Amino acid sequence: MNKEEVVSSRGLRSAHNSRLAWRLSLIVLAGLLFGFAIAPIYDVMCKRYGLNGRADSVATNFDKTIKIDKSRWVTILFTGNTMPGLAWTFQPKQSSMRVHPGEISLTSYTAKNNANDSQLGVAVPSVTPEIAMLSFKKIECFCFKQQTLKAGETREMPVMFYVRPDLPSDINELTLSYAFYNGLPSADKAGLEASARNALN
Amino acid sequence: MSTTTTSHHDAHGHDDHGHPTGLMRWVKSTNHKDIGTMYLWFSFTMFLFAGALAMLIRLELFQPGLQFVRPEVFNQLTTLHGLIMIFGAIMPAFVGFANWQVPLMIGAPDMAFPRLNNMSFWLLIPAAILLLASFFVPGGAAAGGWTMYPPLSVQGGMSIDMSIFALHILGVSSIVGSINIITTIFNMRAPGMTLMKMPMFVWTWLITAYLLIAAMPVLAGALTMLITDRHFGTHFFNAAGGGDPVLFQHVFWFFGHPEVYIMILPAFGILSTIIPTFARKPLFGYASMVYATAAIAVLSFVVWAHHMFTTGMPVAGQLFFMYSTMLISVPTGVKVFNWLATMWKGSMTFETPMLFAVAVVFLFTIGGFSGLVCAILPVDIQLQDTYYVVAHFHYVLFSGAAMSIMGGVYYWIPKWTGHMYDETLGKWHFWLTTIAFNVTFFPMHFTGLAGMPRRIPDYSQQFAEFNMISSLGAFALGLSQLLFLYVVIKCIRGGAKATNQVWEGAHGLEWTVPSPAPFHTFETPPLVK
Repeated sequence: MNKEEVVSSRGLRSAHNSRLAWRLSLIVLAGLLFGFAIAPIYDVMCKRYGLNGRADSVATNFDKTIKIDKSRWVTILFTGNTMPGLAWTFQPKQSSMRVHPGEISLTSYTAKNNANDSQLGVAVPSVTPEIAMLSFKKIECFCFKQQTLKAGETREMPVMFYVRPDLPSDINELTLSYAFYNGLPSADKAGLEASARNALN
Repeated sequence: MSTTTTSHHDAHGHDDHGHPTGLMRWVKSTNHKDIGTMYLWFSFTMFLFAGALAMLIRLELFQPGLQFVRPEVFNQLTTLHGLIMIFGAIMPAFVGFANWQVPLMIGAPDMAFPRLNNMSFWLLIPAAILLLASFFVPGGAAAGGWTMYPPLSVQGGMSIDMSIFALHILGVSSIVGSINIITTIFNMRAPGMTLMKMPMFVWTWLITAYLLIAAMPVLAGALTMLITDRHFGTHFFNAAGGGDPVLFQHVFWFFGHPEVYIMILPAFGILSTIIPTFARKPLFGYASMVYATAAIAVLSFVVWAHHMFTTGMPVAGQLFFMYSTMLISVPTGVKVFNWLATMWKGSMTFETPMLFAVAVVFLFTIGGFSGLVCAILPVDIQLQDTYYVVAHFHYVLFSGAAMSIMGGVYYWIPKWTGHMYDETLGKWHFWLTTIAFNVTFFPMHFTGLAGMPRRIPDYSQQFAEFNMISSLGAFALGLSQLLFLYVVIKCIRGGAKATNQVWEGAHGLEWTVPSPAPFHTFETPPLVK
């Protein structure tokens, strides 16, 4: 093979190589886009299948066609806690309630701000067992919007809910839980860091 | 490693390229052999450093109670041990092999993009500096585990930012390197070398490179979301803002599980090269090996949530991920049986590379089986985050990946340096490593089954004996690697002259060039029949 031939075949090859490399970069781009796309896909899946509280922060209107199933009792346990960064006391007024599926019930939680300034809180609900989440519906809830408590203020926070009769028949007890977070992202982070420091000391 | 090539160069090289020397030879190198050598040395340095971190972990776990390091420091040690071993030691070692061997095996003069190749390597250095320096910033190194789950990774200090940035850089390096490798394999094979004639090592790297370019960008996405959550007020992973920490786990493991195969497929390629050489038989079931490798790669994208069985998932999802995970054992089993069939009735000899290869087949299979145990949903819920999992992934990553790398180094080092390594010391290194490895990690199956949680600096009295055994094994394992370093340096300095073929049963283009391989090879493509 003489030198010119080598050179020209090399030139061809490098054009070839660049074309393939650019095509491969499309896979990289697709991977990157998919990485970000997982976030909305996950959101949709969680809402559809009632995962991780996503189906839980939405108000539902009462479905009037639902009949109350007097033959069945379901026990609802209530619990709540505040996350680091929010200086509130937060607890249910009653720890449990027995209801019939299809029956509208009302309960409430009490929140008190122990801090010296007003604080913004966001409650994130969850229901266990997870499968019950799709059948547990809230008509009105303090978790639908942010709550602001002034220094030292106490507030009752009602929840109006019903359990759909399509709740799987093997479930006769479920737990409704709220985690109250500080609604200001910066305050939240500072609070978390402070509590992490406290935990270490 | 190839300083010796300089002296032999004049004898073999009839080309008109100037031969660079000194430091600039390495800094500006575009030569695949030099870059391969740098990758391997980088990887070995990181291996020893992350191994030293592991020694500190085992020192603390030698006895119950807190003796040597504070719990926060312990967490930093486990986190950085994982990060550095995966991204600093194992992955660059395989890229080093790819640089050295792929062009030699397919009869190409160099990689397709030599300058990009140089960049891929030198990107590793700032990334490594970021990771190492993160120990010295306020708050210490990242401490939330190598998986960097939020909320800990959102709350942590600036070392988290340094680790994220380091991983971004390493990701760019891997992606660029992989595009280079794929292009080299597709476009630069010698005439006559069809895809189904390629050596198995080249096939495994081709598929690994595809995994890398598909999976690394997903990690980049996860890390970017983490950064914006930390500094720019987004709430991807913050429950208070409508996000979900579990989302990170999904994105991370969508990258993380292919990553597992990125770290084992090239090891399979090395095994598939070593075993036929010393069994003096062709690889049994070559085509099935190729298809099995591809099948493992495809399946690796649909099993990620088996890392998250305890995060709360519908039963249908759990069952899907359980069965898809178990399905992976089918192509993996094909590979193991093919290696056994290759050895069957072969005229086997047991030089150091073969000892490593046989040990890897045996020990990796143990790791594969404990993986199957973990795949069983109800069992995994018990075993999640226990030492059983630690035992499992060290059986696949140390005795699978790292020991294959060691075997590969012994196998090819005569070609790299032109000298045979010290066989006696090599065998010592093998036996010490293998025995110490098992002493370290086999007891972890028992402590894990008994419920000892991982990533915790202290433990209950009942685990004391097993932990002491593990720690003693770990110290022996760590020290044995210094012997490896010695054998490698001794081999570079001198030793019996290696022939071109080196091993009696070795076949392939790389064994047709002189030992040590000259600076430039296959300038004129060889013809493959």
